[in-house]
Amino acid sequence: MSEARSFDHPDVVLCPGGPMLLRGDHLVEDADGVTHRTERPVSAICRCHKSASKPWCDGTHKLLPHKQRPI
Amino acid sequence: MLTPKPRGSLSEAVFAALRAGLDTDHGPVWPTADADEDAAVSLWVLYELHYRGLDDVGDELEWHPALLALRHQLEGDLEARLRARFPGRRSEGDFGEEFFGFVANHDGPSLAAHVQRDADRDQVLELLRVRSIYHLKEADPTAWVVPRLPVATKAALMELLYDEYGVGDPNRLHAHLWALGMEACGLESDYGAYIDEVPTEILEQNNAMSLFGLHRRLRGAALGHLAAFEATSSMPSRRMAQGLERLDLPRAIVDYYTEHIEADAVHEQLAVRTVCGSLVAQEPGLTDDVYFGAFTCLDLENRVAVRMLSRWGVLEGDEGAAA
Ligand code: FES
Ligand SMILES: [Fe+2]
Ligand SMILES: [Fe+2]
Repeated sequence: MSEARSFDHPDVVLCPGGPMLLRGDHLVEDADGVTHRTERPVSAICRCHKSASKPWCDGTHKLLPHKQRPI
Repeated sequence: MLTPKPRGSLSEAVFAALRAGLDTDHGPVWPTADADEDAAVSLWVLYELHYRGLDDVGDELEWHPALLALRHQLEGDLEARLRARFPGRRSEGDFGEEFFGFVANHDGPSLAAHVQRDADRDQVLELLRVRSIYHLKEADPTAWVVPRLPVATKAALMELLYDEYGVGDPNRLHAHLWALGMEACGLESDYGAYIDEVPTEILEQNNAMSLFGLHRRLRGAALGHLAAFEATSSMPSRRMAQGLERLDLPRAIVDYYTEHIEADAVHEQLAVRTVCGSLVAQEPGLTDDVYFGAFTCLDLENRVAVRMLSRWGVLEGDEGAAA
C-alpha cells in the first residue's frame, strides 16, 4: 500500500469497550453540569461511568466484565 | 553522572577503558562478564554514551568501534535471553482487542498495590530511587524509533510523545515532573544518581528499552513495549498516588503519579490502537515482534516486582526465586 495518500484522522474516536478520544481543545460538561477544559493534545472521556476522575477515563473500564463495557 | 561502580571484571575493564580513552580502533580483549549484573551494568553504561553521556568519559567515544563491538556482543546475549523467555502468542482477530486481552492476562505481583496499602516510607523512597533510572529519561528510548516508522505510525507516535514531552512546556515534561518529585522528597534528581544501588532486574529493564529503541530491526518490539507499558500504568499510578498520600510524601511526587492516571488512560489507547495498530496494518510481519516487546515489558516488570518485594520480605523466598 503506497503511503502517498490521505489518512483518516478523526477528531472523535470511540474506543471499543473504552473511552471516547477527543482531539484538540474542548470544553466538556460532565453529568453534574460542571465544565472541564481539556488539557492535553488528546483527551479520553469516560464512557463506562465508572472512572474516579470523571469526566476523564482512568482505565477502570478494563475491570468491568466485557458485557458492561461501552460498545 | 560519573561511571558507576563496577560489578565484576568486565565492567571494571570497560569503565577503566572509558575513563582512560581508547586510542586505536582496536579495543582490548575484554574479560568475560562474571555474572548477569556485570554484563548488565556494562551495557547500561555503553548505552548511556548515546543519551546524556558520562562526565568522566570523552564524548568522542560514543561511536568508537571497539565499544560498538562489545555493545553488539552484549546486546546479542540480552536479546537471546529475552527471546527465550517469550512464549509466543495466539492470534484472536482484531489487533486492539487482542492486545489489551494479552496484557490483561499477564499476571504478576504488583509493586503499586504494595505501595498503596502496606509499604513504609523507606521502601517507597527506595522504589523511587531505583525507578529514577528510567523516569529521568522517560520516553527517551522510544523517541529513537520515530525516524524509522511509516507515515501513520510516525504521526501517531509523535502525538503520544508530544504529551510525554510536555506539549512544548518544559514544566510539563514527564521526566521533569519526576525530577521535581525526587527533589521534593530530598532525593537527588541527577541523571543516574542512584545507578549503584539498582538491582540487575532494573538494569535489564532499562537495557531492553534501549536495545529496542536503538535498532530499526526491533521497532516492532519497541512499540509493543511502549503499548504494554502505557496499558499497565493508569490504575497502578492511582495506587501509587494513594500510597504516597498515605505516607504523607510531598505533593510534587504525588502529582507525577496523578498526571499519569489520566495521561496514560489516553496513551494506552493511542499506543495500542493508533501506534501499534497502524504499524501492524502497514507491516504485518512485525506483529510477532510487537508482542515480543509487550511480553518483555510485562515480564521484566514482574521480575523487578519480585525482586523488590522479596527484598522487603513481602514475597517468600521461593515465590521470589521461581519468577
Ligand atoms: S471508559 Fe475508561 S474508565 Fe470509563
Ligand atoms: Fe509519562
Ligand atoms: Fe504515558
